[in-house]
Parts: sequence; C-alpha cells; structure tokens
Amino acid sequence: MKRILSFIVVVLITTGVMVGTSPGLLNSLKLGLDLKGGFEILYEAQPLEAGQSVTKQSLIQTAQSLERRINALGTTEPEVTTEGSDRIRVRLAGVSNEAEVRSMLKKPAELTFRSATAEDAKKPGQFSKIELRGNDFVENGAVVGFDQLNQPEISIKVKDKAKFAEITKRLLNKELAIFLDQELLSAPTVRGELTDGSASITGSYTRDEANKLADTINLGALPLKLTEKYSQSVGATLGQLSLDQTIRAGLIGSIIILVFMILMFRVPGLVASFCLIVHTWLVLAIFYFGGFVLTLPGIAAFVLGIGMAVDANIITYERIKEEIKTGKTIRSSVIAGSKASFRTVMDANVTTIIAAAVMFGLGTGSVRGFALVLIVDIVTSILTNIFFSRFLLNLLVKADAVKKPKYFGVKESDISAL
Amino acid sequence: MRFNWDFKYIKMSKWFYTFSIIITLLGILSLSIFGLNYGVDFRSGSNVDVNLTKAVTQEQIQTLLDKKGIGKEVDYTPGKERFGIRFSQVLTDQQVNDFKTSFNKELDPKASFEVNTVDTEMAQELERNAIWAILLACVAIAAYISIRFEWRFAIAAIVSLLHDAFLVISIFSIFRLEVDLTFITAILTIVGFSINDTVVIFDRIRENLRFAKKKSRDDLEQVVDHSIAQTMTRSLATVFTVFIASLCLFIFGGESIRMFSLAMVIGLLFGAYSSIFIASPLWVALKGKQKSPATGGGAAKTAKS
Repeated sequence: MKRILSFIVVVLITTGVMVGTSPGLLNSLKLGLDLKGGFEILYEAQPLEAGQSVTKQSLIQTAQSLERRINALGTTEPEVTTEGSDRIRVRLAGVSNEAEVRSMLKKPAELTFRSATAEDAKKPGQFSKIELRGNDFVENGAVVGFDQLNQPEISIKVKDKAKFAEITKRLLNKELAIFLDQELLSAPTVRGELTDGSASITGSYTRDEANKLADTINLGALPLKLTEKYSQSVGATLGQLSLDQTIRAGLIGSIIILVFMILMFRVPGLVASFCLIVHTWLVLAIFYFGGFVLTLPGIAAFVLGIGMAVDANIITYERIKEEIKTGKTIRSSVIAGSKASFRTVMDANVTTIIAAAVMFGLGTGSVRGFALVLIVDIVTSILTNIFFSRFLLNLLVKADAVKKPKYFGVKESDISAL
Repeated sequence: MRFNWDFKYIKMSKWFYTFSIIITLLGILSLSIFGLNYGVDFRSGSNVDVNLTKAVTQEQIQTLLDKKGIGKEVDYTPGKERFGIRFSQVLTDQQVNDFKTSFNKELDPKASFEVNTVDTEMAQELERNAIWAILLACVAIAAYISIRFEWRFAIAAIVSLLHDAFLVISIFSIFRLEVDLTFITAILTIVGFSINDTVVIFDRIRENLRFAKKKSRDDLEQVVDHSIAQTMTRSLATVFTVFIASLCLFIFGGESIRMFSLAMVIGLLFGAYSSIFIASPLWVALKGKQKSPATGGGAAKTAKS
C-alpha cells in the first residue's frame, strides 16, 4: 500500500511540475532562425595585406567588431562565432531589416594614415605607404569636437604613442593623409612631432557628417577582410510554417508511438509512455537552462529521439516478457529482465552517442545543432527510460499491483511449465 | 502477438548477400554515371524557396527573372504552396533583394522567402567533411565494439553500417533525389541507429554463446539463428516506432526536412535488414573460419567480458 502511494505521489508530482512549467518553457525556448526567420552568413577571413596570416586573435577581434556593428543597429541578439582558423559565422534570428544589417556588416571601414612614397611624389594627392591602420587607434577613441573656427573636427587617439611620434618626426613638413577605405578624408601637413598620441581629422564637415564619421571609425575597421561563403535567409512566415508543421508531425508520431507501447506492453507500456513524456519535458528543460537554440533539424532529431528513446523500454520489456514466459514470478522476471537488458541498452546507446559526438565535432551550423539534440536526447533517455521507468515499474511490482502476466502483454498459454 | 521467428537465417544469407551486392553494384553504377543530385549545400549557387499565398506559374517567375537578367540556368521545383528556384550562379545581396521586392510587388504580395547561397569551395569542403565524419564515426564505433565484444563483431558491424549508408546514398542517386546538408545528418543518424540495432543482436549472440555447448559451424549458426529469433520482436517494435517518427516527419514535417526524413525512412529499413541478414551471417563467416580449439577460446573470452 505504501508503495502504491509513493508511485501515485511520484507520478502526480512529476505531472504537476511538467504541467506547471511547460507553458513557460515552451514560450521561452530560443528558436533558431529557420523557425523564427532571420539569416545566417558564414564569412571566410583573409588578411588585409598579402603575405600576412590570419591569427586567432585577429579573428576574434573581427568577430567582436561585427557584433558591435550589429548591436549599433539595435536589432536583435546577434550570435557571432568563430569557426576553425579563418571562419566567422553570424546568425541573426528575427531580423526585419536584413538588407541594412548585411550592408553594415560588409562595410570594411578601414581607417589608414598614409604617406607618399618617392613614386607617389610625381603625382600630387597619391599616397600609397600605409603608416597606421585602424587597429592602431584606440577603440571608441574618436570624438567629435570643434576647432577654433567652430568647424567640427574628429579627434582620434593612437595606441602606440612612440610609433606615432616616430612617424610624425619622419614626416615633418610632409603630408600625412587620412583615408577611410579608399577615400581621402584630409591630408594635413605634419607641423611638428606629435608625442601625445592624438591626431585630428578636419575638413568641411557638417556636424552630422562628423558624427557619422566618428561612429564609423569607432565601430572599428575590421582587422580582416571578409568574403561570404554561405548564407541562408528565412522569411518569418516560412519559419513559423516549418515550426508548426514539424510540431504537428512530432505530435502525431508521438501519439502513435505511445498507443503502440501501451497495446504491446500494457502496464509497463503505460509506465514507458509516462516516462517518454517526462523525457520530452526534460529535454526541453535542458535546452532552456543550457540556453541552446532549437533549430528545425533539432526538432527533427527530437522527434526521432522519441522513437529511439522507447527502444530502451522495448528491450527491457521484451526481456521481462521472456523471463515471465520461462515461468518465473513477475517480481523476479522484472528484476532479471531489467538486469539482463541493461548492458545491451547501454551498448546500443553508447554507439549512437559516438555517432552523434562525431557529428558534433566535425559538423557546423545545423549539423551541430542536430547532433547536440541527439546527445541530450540519448543522455536524458538513459535517465528517464531506463532508471526512472525501472523505478516506477519496481514500485508497482513490489506493491503487487501488477500480478498477472497479461498486464505485461504475456498470454498465460505462452508460459512454459516448470 | 505470437509469432515463431525461428528460421534458418544464416542458411538463407546467400540470398540476402546477393540482394545487397546487386543493389550495391547498381549504386556504384548509378553513382559513377549520374552521381548525386546535389542541392545548394553542395553545389555553388543560390537557392530561393518562395512560400506562396496564391497561384503563381513558372512562366510568370521566368519572365520576372529574365527581366532582372538572372533567368539563365535556373531549375524549378514547382509546388502549390512552395516554389523552389535554383540558380547555378551565386546571387548577390542586391539581386536577391531586388528579386524579393519585385516578386512581392508583381506576383504575390504576401510571399515569404528562404534564400541559401553557397560558394563552390565551401560546398566541396562540406562534402569532404561529411565523408570524414562517416569514416571517423565508423572507426570510433569499431573501437568501442572491439573493446566491448571482439574484433569480429566490430568488422561485421562496420561492414553492415557502411552497407546501410552506401545503399541510402545509392537510392538517392538512382532516384535522383536531392542531397543537401541534412542528408549527411540523416546518414550519420542511420549509422548510429543501424549500429544500435546490430549491437542488440550481437549482445544476445554473445550471451547465448556462453551456454552453447558445441562449437561446430552448424552449432554456431544455430546460436545466431536463435539469437535473431529472440530479438526479432524487439527489432520489429523498435523499427516500427522510429519508422513512425520519421514517416510522420516525412508526411507532415516541413519541406526543408523532407529529404532528411526520407533518407531516415529508407535507412531505417536497411538498418534493421542488415543487422539481421548481413551483420549476423558475416560474423558467423568470420567466426567459422577459426579452428576448433581457438573457437572455444574465443567463446570463453567473449563470455568473460
């Protein structure tokens, strides 16, 4: 009686927790761009100058400036990740101004200070020797001020004062041109050695123009040159449609599986069905707490996982049925069956985890998402469909609540006499 | 459900070997002549999927594309709600935006789009990675099975899972089904599932070997036949549940995972088939080659683990 009571209490509490938390869980799950609409771009980074190489640090810096640029537009939570040695993946779910964001991302906005070489001297206005690059300037150091004539000017700071002093000393009375990309902003003549590390850009700018220029400089030149290698963009309605369709598919599939389990295994089948629901809830909870993003292939893996998760139960129950057929009592059949099937279930699950881990390790983007769901799925399936399901079944059996073989889907006539 | 699953599975194996070899040869033939029908993920170019809210014909779209000057080398996958347009050129941002705006303006104001663009280099890399992933997964799984069982089980299992993966690829080649990135995922899941199935049968064989008395080839076959029969209900039940899940995804799931689900459905059936009719007889063939005393030793070793 006590065991039946604890069985009922466990089931009720679990159900209560699931019912209470599910709506909140479902609403706060992070959906991928294929479900919410949005876009994803994979860039390949190359060094700005030939002969240089892409370093891990420059790649991370580039990713950070991309993130700053997106944030400056104030759209959504961007997801900018580096991949391998020279890739950057940008993911933006639920953006409406895709075109704007994309053009903003691409803008190299490379600020350079250049001097004229002997070659350039023949043609006025030509400067080809780069003295300083965007990453030589202090980040967010560009400030708009006003000169004596009340003209807006942009002052910028250099990180390495000594280097700047050396340059200004060498170029004394020569022009030091300031370029934004290939555009000459101004070409002031160096009047003295600048030792405080700051310089200013003047020109006939309006206040707005000056502000915009300062912003562009502050957003930072990308330390690396980026080329688009892959892009995917999904309209919001299309994403919603995919989500609805996949969830519907999942529901129909799950219901058929649950009915099948109950028909095939009766009481244990009922326990398995309950555990399967707990399993589904647990996977969602892990996704929520882990802050993982659920994508379309992820949901597919999830639905597939439901089919696979019952396998643990099928193996165990089939084994228990076999034990019952040999004439053992229900109680010892359950113990023997659970024990004998455990190793099989673990071996079968570990091999699938290996395949999933390889996918996660080698895969990118959606393949990784799929692999992650599969791994989470298998691990939680071991928890719920082996341990939890066994615990519940044991409570029932020890309470003598299921005494007859037919509760396990075994016909009396199948039991061999001892 | 009461069936007697006692058949001479191993004795019948030559028919199944023949069947598998024929399909494999057809697959090799089809792959070498036609190759695979690569989707945008593996071919460079752009893919635009339009979700329509009203009827739009292919001619209307072609006219629009011609007007924009991007109408050359375009493949269509027409559908009532969803229209696929495949460009072999890589469309620029401006071209895509231009197309979207004019499509909304001229053909269907509520149409929604999914655009995929892949660079050639990237596509080749994806394919290379996919092959590596499958091989690496095989090696890792083989290592695990060799540790938990013995090398003969590992070889039989790997042959059967490569067989499954290859047959699904062959079928996709023969029927010109589109291969995209999710297809790779499907193949890897099939690999995981097929091995899962094989392990369950092998586990039972290993267990039954402990109590098997004689070690002649016939006894070995009997043990395996019996093990297959014992696990048959489980094999069928599991295939059924996973099959239902993938079939539902195939029928009701979104367009973008349709090929994935189809690959899963096909792969599942092959996975279950090969565990019984390829992996098990193969293990018998390998094991049977052992000389009698060694066979006893081998069985004792497996029984210990």
